[in-house]
Amino acid sequence: MTLLDVTGLTVRADAAPLVDDVSFTLDAGDRVGLIGESGSGKSLTSLAAVGLLPPALRVSGSVRLDGHEIVGTPDARLRALRGPVAQVVFQEPLTALDPLMRVGKQIAEPLRRHLNLRGGALGEAVATALSEVALTDPRIARAYPHELSGGQRQRVAIAIALAARPQLLIADEPTTALDVTVQDAVLTLLERLIAERDMALLFVSHDLAVVSRMVERIVVLQRGVAVEEGPVDRVLRDPQHPYTRALVASARALDAALDASEGDAE
Amino acid sequence: MSVLELRDAGFSYGSRSVLDDVSLGIAEGESVGLVGESGAGKSTILRLLLGLAAPRDGSVLFDGRPLDLRDRSLMRRFRASVQPVFQDPYSSLDPRQRIDRIVGEPLRSLGLARGADAASRVEEAVAAVGLDADTLTRYPHEFSGGQRQRIAIARALVSRPRVLLADEPVSALDVTTRVQVIDLLARLRRENGLTLVMVSHDLSAVASVCERTVVLQHGRIVEAGATRSILSSPSTAYARQLVAAVPRLPR
Repeated sequence: MTLLDVTGLTVRADAAPLVDDVSFTLDAGDRVGLIGESGSGKSLTSLAAVGLLPPALRVSGSVRLDGHEIVGTPDARLRALRGPVAQVVFQEPLTALDPLMRVGKQIAEPLRRHLNLRGGALGEAVATALSEVALTDPRIARAYPHELSGGQRQRVAIAIALAARPQLLIADEPTTALDVTVQDAVLTLLERLIAERDMALLFVSHDLAVVSRMVERIVVLQRGVAVEEGPVDRVLRDPQHPYTRALVASARALDAALDASEGDAE
Repeated sequence: MSVLELRDAGFSYGSRSVLDDVSLGIAEGESVGLVGESGAGKSTILRLLLGLAAPRDGSVLFDGRPLDLRDRSLMRRFRASVQPVFQDPYSSLDPRQRIDRIVGEPLRSLGLARGADAASRVEEAVAAVGLDADTLTRYPHEFSGGQRQRIAIARALVSRPRVLLADEPVSALDVTTRVQVIDLLARLRRENGLTLVMVSHDLSAVASVCERTVVLQHGRIVEAGATRSILSSPSTAYARQLVAAVPRLPR
């Protein structure tokens, strides 16, 4: 079943399109990556998929999420849809979390709204949600975001996103702000949760190595245009578009340095 | 003899110690990568080596002599010899100044050259980083991130330094540009015999340029040695964890 169907998506600020006629689909349980460099439109594309684009941007084309058209639909109606269908985890958890609210309360909010939990059942669900993201210290529910490390904050953001049991998780550079060992742990956590819940994943990243670990298929974006799409192993082995070739060659050069390490780039 | 050396150096921000008992010698012509995660003390070491801060205890030596921030003639020689490159080429270039003025700034502030002599050294530095001469009359906003980092490197080269100290020089760049700037640093090292100290959280960038790697954790050196051997057979648990966590492309 098609969970996300993006057709001819175009996003403009003024005359020049920031996302230009992008189309792709994602079925239930699929893991798809959007990859590109700064200004490629990958974040705008993922935000458009859930109707979270800033109002100043003009959107055309069609985005159907679980059969419902997103483009042009008022925010109040989208809110009810997003919870159980699609949730987003952003790059910087410090800005995604409310700095004035204890994290337990932030996790409770979607559980209350979407699963109708109250009282003791709600408290238990919050504890379970935290333990699912490997935060077992009971003090964490009472902490404010600034009291947590970057990795802990991103785990909290994941717990909030997953609270309503969405069918699709959109992760927009979820580990880019994290240290490499923390990134590894958060990616392992995401892999486990996605497999356990049989969720679909739209993973947005500039990092080919990270993307290829997380998804089966990638869409390569360059200046708002989807220049190539295909299974990860095929795109890495045999990139077709000149831009994809440059991207893969650069990533391969950096990767090879870790094996050769001659102390010299050439 | 080391061109730059930290001897038993410690540093605190207020009451919080961020560096303890670090000893590190940089030999002329070598390339050293400082790796570690946030809070490991990488950038603090670079600030000490740049003479931007004095250590709480221990010392910083330049050509075997302790660096004295009050000794103006020593510091002038030091600044001409040891030049920084910073992470963010968007904030490190003054947007109101033309590129020729930005690149020539060390020559003016250090009193190294004026007039036609200064102009020709600026042209030489801009050519060395692979930019056209017409770059000189333009402004920073006209350039991409990779080009700006080249301009920042040209500014670092204009005083004909012996040592470049680079703090995450490619972290803000896209991967295709990152590879080009890494190639540039490797070439400058090879062709000019520059000594390079590079701080990076990105092990692949360090592996591309640096012969020797120093691994830091919580303000201490936990492992140091040939980059190749640290990557292939790290001897401490932390270095092993760090190397294993680097995302790799599938074979």
